[in-house]
Amino acid sequence: MYATSYHRASSVEDAVKLKSANEEGRYLSGGMTLIATMKQRLAAPSDLIDLRHIPAIRGIRIEGRKVTIGAATPHADVAASRELAAICPAICKLAGHIGDPHVRHMGTIGGSIANNDPAADYPAGLLGLGATVVTDRRSISADDFFTGLFETALEEGEMVTSVTFEAPEKAGYAKFNNPASRFAMTGVFAAKTAGGIRVAVTGAGASGVFRHPGFEQALASNWSPDALSNVAVDASNLMADMHANAEYRANLVKVMAKRAVASAG
Amino acid sequence: MTKVTLTVNGRTMSGECEDRTLLVHFIREKLGLTGTHVGCDTTQCGACVIHMDGHSVKSCSILAVQASGSTITTIEGLAGQGELHPVQAAFKEHHGLQCGFCTPGMVMTAVDLINREGGHLTEETVRAGLEGNICRCTGYHNIVKAILAADAEIAGSRQAAE
Repeated sequence: MYATSYHRASSVEDAVKLKSANEEGRYLSGGMTLIATMKQRLAAPSDLIDLRHIPAIRGIRIEGRKVTIGAATPHADVAASRELAAICPAICKLAGHIGDPHVRHMGTIGGSIANNDPAADYPAGLLGLGATVVTDRRSISADDFFTGLFETALEEGEMVTSVTFEAPEKAGYAKFNNPASRFAMTGVFAAKTAGGIRVAVTGAGASGVFRHPGFEQALASNWSPDALSNVAVDASNLMADMHANAEYRANLVKVMAKRAVASAG
Repeated sequence: MTKVTLTVNGRTMSGECEDRTLLVHFIREKLGLTGTHVGCDTTQCGACVIHMDGHSVKSCSILAVQASGSTITTIEGLAGQGELHPVQAAFKEHHGLQCGFCTPGMVMTAVDLINREGGHLTEETVRAGLEGNICRCTGYHNIVKAILAADAEIAGSRQAAE
């Protein structure tokens, strides 16, 4: 790892100030991607601004059916929240299958979505729920937030502070793990929300997480796994790698979508 | 150089290190606690698992400066005076190791799992709990057996204490 300078932010304002004073710096949340990337010398930030010690952006708040998850909340906390499981078990299940138990104790929701790995789980969850990403300066809908491979709508120095969403009427998540990395070879989040049916796919799209309008239309008229049987999945925009070609992923997208709907009940 | 202070196995310990120093290297080289192992160095194998503020973490993927101020338990901190921790005893009894390289991480993981979900572990939940730990010798069977036995033992002694 190249040399770096560590700063521990005490508040959101403090963090943003530290970031603007260190242009080549990076925000550091759980570090489960960033530290690994630095060890491989694929990233070499001059400064690291640690966000784990800002109490205001940690924890889960539920008011009625409105859920707010602080950006520095670890996956393990989301997975284990009984309050959240009572109104949106699918997001708890999603969080509980990220990486492994040790990774879930460190990795955070804010870090995961800001990184927007095309095989990460949370982008599918947020896009499927129609969530809103709140930053130090504005609110961004999930539809606008995820813009491409490791790309988001975040501006230079902008920091995710929380994620909010309305608990859906029904939701399910199904993922086909890469057995070595535990990333999604394909993961599908399907939800019946107040704003309509939303189906989001991760791990498969050549440009990262995406919604599947064909699935959404089919489920709008009939919320059942069978409704998806005759919907075509276009393989032309899907990822292909040593683990799975695009046609195989297209099949996985449909199978995972059916399982997601089945698990939502 | 930055001064890092940790409470390790009940004792306050300090050392100077670069900001880029990994926690596992700090623990092994600065504090001299070499029970925590470096296996893969890529967050896959779990040989470096320790507890930080009561939760299992991979110390090869955390900077020592990130951990500063926290409370750490390493494999050296588990056993009581001259007596193995029930999980250590169960690994010995059920032959839950062969070469032993992964064992510190396996034991720390098992203790964390029992802390979180103890009393009703099953083979399935134990295997899921070991997702982040790799053993190249045992095929896992005896590790799972040992953890289930330790869980039953700990649950039993808790009940007896109540």
